[in-house]
Amino acid sequence: MCGIAGLQWNADRDARAIVERMTQAIRHRGPDSCGIHVEDGIALGHARLEIIDLAGGSQPMSISEGRLWVTFNGEIFNYVELREHLQDRGHTLHSHSDTETILHLYEEYGDDCVHHMNGDFAFGLWDASRKRLLLARDRMGVRPLFYARVPDGLAFASEIKALFTHPSLHAKLDPIALDQCFHFWFPIAPRTGFVGIDELPPGHLLVSDANGIHIRQYWELDFPDATEEVLTDEAAVADEVAALLLDSTKIRLRADVPVGAYLSGGLDSAATAAMATRIKPGDVRTFSIGFESPEFDETAQQQQVAALLGTRHVSTLSRVSDIARDFPAVIRHVERPILRTAPTPMYRLAALVREHGYKVVLTGEGADEAFAGYDIFKEAKVRRFWSKFPESRLRPKLLRRLYPYLPGVTRQPPAFLEAFFRPGIENPCDPFFSHRPRWSLTARIRDFYSRDLVDALGTYDPLEELAANLPARYANWHPLSQAQYLESAYLLPGYLLSSQADRVSMAHAVEGRYPFLDHRVVEYATRISPSLKLHGLREKHILRVSMARFVPGDAIGRVKQPYRAPDGASFFGPNAPDYVADLLSPEAIAKTGLFDPAKVSGLTAKFRRSPVTGARENMALTGILSVQLLHQEMIGSI
Amino acid sequence: MSDRLEDKIKQFVIENFLYGEPEETLTEELSFLDSGIMDSSRVLELILYIEETFDIKVEDDELTPANLDSVKAVAAYVRSKTGVLA
Repeated sequence: MCGIAGLQWNADRDARAIVERMTQAIRHRGPDSCGIHVEDGIALGHARLEIIDLAGGSQPMSISEGRLWVTFNGEIFNYVELREHLQDRGHTLHSHSDTETILHLYEEYGDDCVHHMNGDFAFGLWDASRKRLLLARDRMGVRPLFYARVPDGLAFASEIKALFTHPSLHAKLDPIALDQCFHFWFPIAPRTGFVGIDELPPGHLLVSDANGIHIRQYWELDFPDATEEVLTDEAAVADEVAALLLDSTKIRLRADVPVGAYLSGGLDSAATAAMATRIKPGDVRTFSIGFESPEFDETAQQQQVAALLGTRHVSTLSRVSDIARDFPAVIRHVERPILRTAPTPMYRLAALVREHGYKVVLTGEGADEAFAGYDIFKEAKVRRFWSKFPESRLRPKLLRRLYPYLPGVTRQPPAFLEAFFRPGIENPCDPFFSHRPRWSLTARIRDFYSRDLVDALGTYDPLEELAANLPARYANWHPLSQAQYLESAYLLPGYLLSSQADRVSMAHAVEGRYPFLDHRVVEYATRISPSLKLHGLREKHILRVSMARFVPGDAIGRVKQPYRAPDGASFFGPNAPDYVADLLSPEAIAKTGLFDPAKVSGLTAKFRRSPVTGARENMALTGILSVQLLHQEMIGSI
Repeated sequence: MSDRLEDKIKQFVIENFLYGEPEETLTEELSFLDSGIMDSSRVLELILYIEETFDIKVEDDELTPANLDSVKAVAAYVRSKTGVLA
């Protein structure tokens, strides 16, 4: 796992210096060593985090007497099997690294090489004889890859900050991306937060050669339509899920350095850690984060799971003062607006991992998407059930069971609870039926936009753009599959894997590995009957049945508590850092010009008066502060 | 500030939910739910405000949009509980 950068150029004599600067900008991703390769037409940079083949895996790497070069971030977990396969087909491999398999696979299969890879990857591969650059990104979007057209060619890198070291690229926030983030929590790829900077979407290839730049999708998340058979045999499915996940975990333990695991206290990370202890008994170290407030803290559950699994466990406490202190650094790394502080404790957790000498951790990300763990799936199911008989007095009572950990919902007057969840139930064919209440609430942040931002957006509607991006088959999928798709294809890469995973862990040179995101697991899970995933209102039913063979104690039956962290409360009080008041002052807000200074002052005054628990206010405060920080970090002081 | 009940409630809504939105945008009949002003946390804030400001106890069966969904509705509800005519 590393940082990559590159510049395909026609006549730039400064290519080496430019790529050296780009690579330096992301050295935090790969502090162990650094490499640059320059030849006619290409400059490739690599900042290396040594994990596999410590001695022989230096990059950029070449084969065939320099005809093919690659700079690669990530891991090809099935590289052991691929090496055998390639050797059987006559290839001679000179290293023991996974990197070299990419080059030989390309030599053997061309661009289809990606279909053979089981891994989390982003790479740039230079085919010198064809003067052709291939950029590739893994199926689920675990590893980041950004690019920009520059006057003399194409620049690419693991992080946007590297691109802004190119002399012709300058940071300018994209109003449409902001509006998308303030609806969905993510910009719709390939759009990023910055004008002129694109993201290669998950499961895509980019080819740049004499014929221009061409992008194509090589993998897409797909679900069965109404006429196709799904898997309904609970016992058989549970066995297959267990076998797939065990193998997925096994190949993700391949490393020449020790591999740890995160423990959140919930089922997914408990399952991951449990499978790791099954594969490597007595050799697993686990890491956790705790909070001061019992509303967010799961320390007791984490310690219980660690004790039952017999892992060597260590945890750290994330205080609200830590969140406020670390938030600017987090924004520097995530490079986009965020509406929750939740990535900030994960930044601290990665630091803990690194302090204990670990570079690699397994995590449970992806289980909620593949096996229907999120509350939004239950919420949509209840609303859809209600929509069949909208005048029912009994059906909306189920709404009260949805968010047991949110006092704002559990204490809600029934008439209002119905009123909040009712919008949209008259239109069950709406492609966004599942997400519309949540997105409508988030989009209220628009109330804080400045007149200039409102004018810049005009009649733009992010929902229309997202609807236009949906696959043709989407309309034929089961409603649960549709909701899973929105979470898996958009929120997962656009927020969770980027802001809450890769960027905050790689800030400390810690690589996350995700057994639930193995494409075999993801593809198999799409074929499981929706009722086995969301059984009544029991989330992740089939995963619970499957993992009961590995996970001891009561973690199997525990109702999901989503990972959350204190938001607005982190930024106010006697120990609030000065930057908060400075960046949210009317003068600073007016200077960036994106929000209404008077309304932001009203919002901050409310937080100063008393604790504010509302999601709308907390998302607005965190989002506005993140944009101000992003401006300061990437564009210039305010 | 005016002592009129509607004006007090309006002032609370503007300060706490609208953050200085021009006063004329909040008519006394405007539905908090339909206009998107209200959400699950804000209902609880509004109830707390009513109980603390007017020294009344809002009973469970009174927690309805008919009593709480507009400035006018809240004012009418408070009057019914307190007998205040302002």
